[in-house]
Amino acid sequence: MSTTLTEKPRKKESFGATQRKDLWWFEPLVYAVGFGLFIIYATWAAFQGKHYEYGPYLSPFYSPLITVSWWKFSPAFLILWIPAGFRMTCYYYRKAYYRSYFMDPPACGVSEGCSNKKYSGETAFPFIFQNLHRYFLLGATVLLFFLWSDVIKAFNFDGRFGVGVGSLVLLANTFLLSMYSLTCHSFRHLIGGYKDGFKCGYQYNFYKKISCGNERHMFWAWVSLFMVGFADLYVRLCSMGIWADIRLI
Amino acid sequence: MGGYKVNMSTLDRFEIHEHDVLVIGAGGAGLRAAIEASANGVSVGLVCKSLLGKAHTVMAEGGIAAAVGNVDKQDNWQTHFKDTMKGGKFLNNYRMAQLHAQEAPERVLELERWGALFDRTSEGTILQRPFGGHSYKRLCHVGDRTGLEMIRTLQDKGVHMGINVYMECTITRLLKEDGKISGAFGYWRETGRFVIFKAKAIILATGGVGKAYKVTSNSWEYTADGQLLAYDAGAELIDTEFIQFHPTGMIWPPGVIGILVTEAVRGEGGILRNKDGYRFMEKYDPERMELSTRDVVARSIYIENKEGRGSPHGGAFLDISHKGAEYIKKKLPSMYHQFKELADVDITTGPMEVGPTCHYSMGGVKVDADSTATSIPGLYAAGEVAGGMHGANRLGGNSLSDLLVFGRRAGLYAAEYAKKNKATLNINEDEIANAEKSIVVFFEQDGGENPYTVHRDLQELMQNKVGIFRVEDDLKFAINELKSLKERAAKVKIEGSRMYNPGWHMAYDLQSMVIYSEAIAKCALQRKESRGAHSRLDYPNTDPEHGKWNSLVKKANDGSLIVEKSPLPEMPGELKQLLEDKKVAAKI
Amino acid sequence: MNKEESQSQISSGDKKVRIATFKVYRGDREKGNEVEYKVPVEEGMVVLDAIHYIQKNISPDLAVRWNCKAAKCGSCSAEVNGKPRLMCKTRLDDFDINEEIKVYPMKSFPIIKDLACDVSWNYEVNKKITPFTPKENTTWKMNQRDIDRVQEFRKCIECFACQNVCHVIREHDLKPKFAGPRFFVRVAGLEMHPLDDVDRLEALKDDMGIGFCNITKCCTEVCPEDIHITDNAIIPLKERVVDRYYDPVRMFFRKIFKKK
Repeated sequence: MSTTLTEKPRKKESFGATQRKDLWWFEPLVYAVGFGLFIIYATWAAFQGKHYEYGPYLSPFYSPLITVSWWKFSPAFLILWIPAGFRMTCYYYRKAYYRSYFMDPPACGVSEGCSNKKYSGETAFPFIFQNLHRYFLLGATVLLFFLWSDVIKAFNFDGRFGVGVGSLVLLANTFLLSMYSLTCHSFRHLIGGYKDGFKCGYQYNFYKKISCGNERHMFWAWVSLFMVGFADLYVRLCSMGIWADIRLI
Repeated sequence: MGGYKVNMSTLDRFEIHEHDVLVIGAGGAGLRAAIEASANGVSVGLVCKSLLGKAHTVMAEGGIAAAVGNVDKQDNWQTHFKDTMKGGKFLNNYRMAQLHAQEAPERVLELERWGALFDRTSEGTILQRPFGGHSYKRLCHVGDRTGLEMIRTLQDKGVHMGINVYMECTITRLLKEDGKISGAFGYWRETGRFVIFKAKAIILATGGVGKAYKVTSNSWEYTADGQLLAYDAGAELIDTEFIQFHPTGMIWPPGVIGILVTEAVRGEGGILRNKDGYRFMEKYDPERMELSTRDVVARSIYIENKEGRGSPHGGAFLDISHKGAEYIKKKLPSMYHQFKELADVDITTGPMEVGPTCHYSMGGVKVDADSTATSIPGLYAAGEVAGGMHGANRLGGNSLSDLLVFGRRAGLYAAEYAKKNKATLNINEDEIANAEKSIVVFFEQDGGENPYTVHRDLQELMQNKVGIFRVEDDLKFAINELKSLKERAAKVKIEGSRMYNPGWHMAYDLQSMVIYSEAIAKCALQRKESRGAHSRLDYPNTDPEHGKWNSLVKKANDGSLIVEKSPLPEMPGELKQLLEDKKVAAKI
Repeated sequence: MNKEESQSQISSGDKKVRIATFKVYRGDREKGNEVEYKVPVEEGMVVLDAIHYIQKNISPDLAVRWNCKAAKCGSCSAEVNGKPRLMCKTRLDDFDINEEIKVYPMKSFPIIKDLACDVSWNYEVNKKITPFTPKENTTWKMNQRDIDRVQEFRKCIECFACQNVCHVIREHDLKPKFAGPRFFVRVAGLEMHPLDDVDRLEALKDDMGIGFCNITKCCTEVCPEDIHITDNAIIPLKERVVDRYYDPVRMFFRKIFKKK
């Protein structure tokens, strides 16, 4: 190219300007509504501060249950910031909420309508803290140990083995949460992504498996989110006497 | 680099650049030449018609033929040399074939040292795959995108060496002073403005002529402009009658006709069948089957169709589905996507429909084997634009190695020449005025045709009369017809401005294509035998007498195109002995 | 046949030929407008075929870049109905033929003419990346499993569709500070090369602005080579940058052991 074309200032486009003919707004809208409903429910459930236990079941929002005298609020808040932070800094959720809530961008090839706005991405406060995702992963992993122990307890009805629908709900919930953590981008990095070559075949195979699961991180993110809400709801409804748990064995 | 003060007098209305070595064409050969010249300490300019990294080399899929012997340990340069000569029906320049076979392994390893990542063997060395006409597994490859890997590696190497790249610039004339190269004249495609390059040495690396044919795997850039630059400057062309038709191009749907289906499909075990499900290569080459040379396979498909056993759209079925979906997606990913997206065919479950497509020009500018120098001092040529290396038919995979081996040699010798040559470069103003006039004239002539119409007629003519099978009447008809096409091409009328005007670009490219087409047809008429890619229905046999000469094309003093016969250079004893191996002789 | 269909068909001899309506941007940086063209549809036709039809039959000076026409060179990027795509692999079957199809040049780069735009900025960015530098005394043996990752990145055909769609360039125009997805892919290919010996993390953070990427994945959505740009190139690079510059524990240990 012989000449350097001088860049003219861009024409400002209005928000949502695009030549796309498909329903580009549909996906961000679904996500926005999905998150919104979950956040509203979770906030309510956390504030309630009761009805989180029923028989051998403990709501995942309140696990591990920390009851200390100086804490005047719902015990959920002592631990909920960990999974909340984990999901807030998750590479998948970041994509989804940057699009759905920050409209940055609303969809590919759709104008943000604010080309003069100062954009700093994840280089400055507050989003620079996204870089601490791995520490939330660490926290979430610790919580998983408690959740698995809750699952074991959920099969123990007064010292005897038993299975209720709630046991299965908690099992499914903890399994899905584990899958969500295992397929995390940071986890993938920590177990092998940092390397340029693998001398150890086991490490490579593990990395390969995790990479494979990572491709479906979005799937695990959504189903585990739905399930954790449902698990809390289940325990809560049983505890409130609205719903009766069914013993299977 | 390269920024000399230029004395601008009456030429000051032109943009002028000066370099020791100017490389025209930025495919594999051009980039390799530019890197080598630059490494030898001269200032290098690299001109290309497209953007950097888009050259036709990216279309090369199968691999680079080089006897590194990673998979078949017994492979060596001697066998590669033999295979190349045998594939070229012994019309090759023996010295080029020898240098090529000897130096290819080093060139491939060099690419790896520059960052290329070839597929690996279990020992961690470069993996090689079998290909048509090669005795051993010889093609170093990266899935089915070897050309892309090569060009990206060279491009990334080149941009850090201080090479000045002039993108989207077409050279229309070479400038000479006292019979020696002094520069080149061209225009920016983007603005239509003219530009002069002063250079002590010029390397042509402009590729082939496939766009003269209707069904072709080549891009718009393949218009023989390098050949014609050399020819117009007084250099000779050889073996222009040998145009390779790749046996497997896509033939359906109409929009994709001609797009290449890599030979790697056959290399990886693909089987050709006719409409009755018969594996017809059993009949034509029972020993090598699908991995026979391209000329043989292309002709076989053609004959099957002529005798009514072709596939529905006039080709054959190529089936690789027996290798399993995972293997195919790993080794032939772009073929998988190409068929899935462009033809709605899943090649992991069913066959592809394929037919011959114009692919490569074995002939080209006559060069010295060692230095790639043409007969004009200071002018070099490497890659497809040069002739001689591949004889009457090129083996798959030998093209990429050809680009590397002779690209490097061109860069090396051109740099040496430029260093020795201290003369100041003067540009003849009349010559510039002429060059300028010859390309703006298209805007001025009234009543001329649309260049695309003339191009379409040229393609039809070459496809039908100077295609895979040729006969005397057709060739004579074509030569006659080309005369009128030449006149029509000279008179085309261009609308619009000089700013990025593809119609205008086509008008210029058309001139080269028509003349080179004439060279193809005239040489084809002269060669009264069938050999390699040149098949005469009226002379179906190979005649040993015709194996003693190359076709030679020259521009006569009156401007007309003349063809002659030029005796093959005498091969030294030790190479002769290599070829006298009984097994080789039996297969000729 | 309903009324709509009859509009998009004309009789040519006995054969009914379907007609597609294209609205193509014609013009330069200063001025331009949408021009309507009627193009007969053939089976398996792609948008680039239609553009070629227009060039050959209606408007020979319609500027467009193309080379291989087989999705291997990445020259013919444009925006078809607002989506960045390679015209050579965008089939007309993907569209409702009764509706007009808009073809525009890439929005993030200055227009030269019609569908051709000035992508030279990308070449400038590329020059600044430290090239492959092999380790000393290597045997050049590499495991296939170690290069699988890098080979994915080397599939890139430089169509610049990702650069075009990335909102950091397209909307916020942070070109000098931000290198764009294409070049994160290139750097990923170098950084993860088993035999490369250079460290580009500082450049990634400071010169190439990887932090501006908010992983909204549009680059991955438009990549014609199906490279998982975000998941496999950008995020792993971000994680490596975190290792070096944001992970307090690692930074602490590096300080103590004086390791870089």
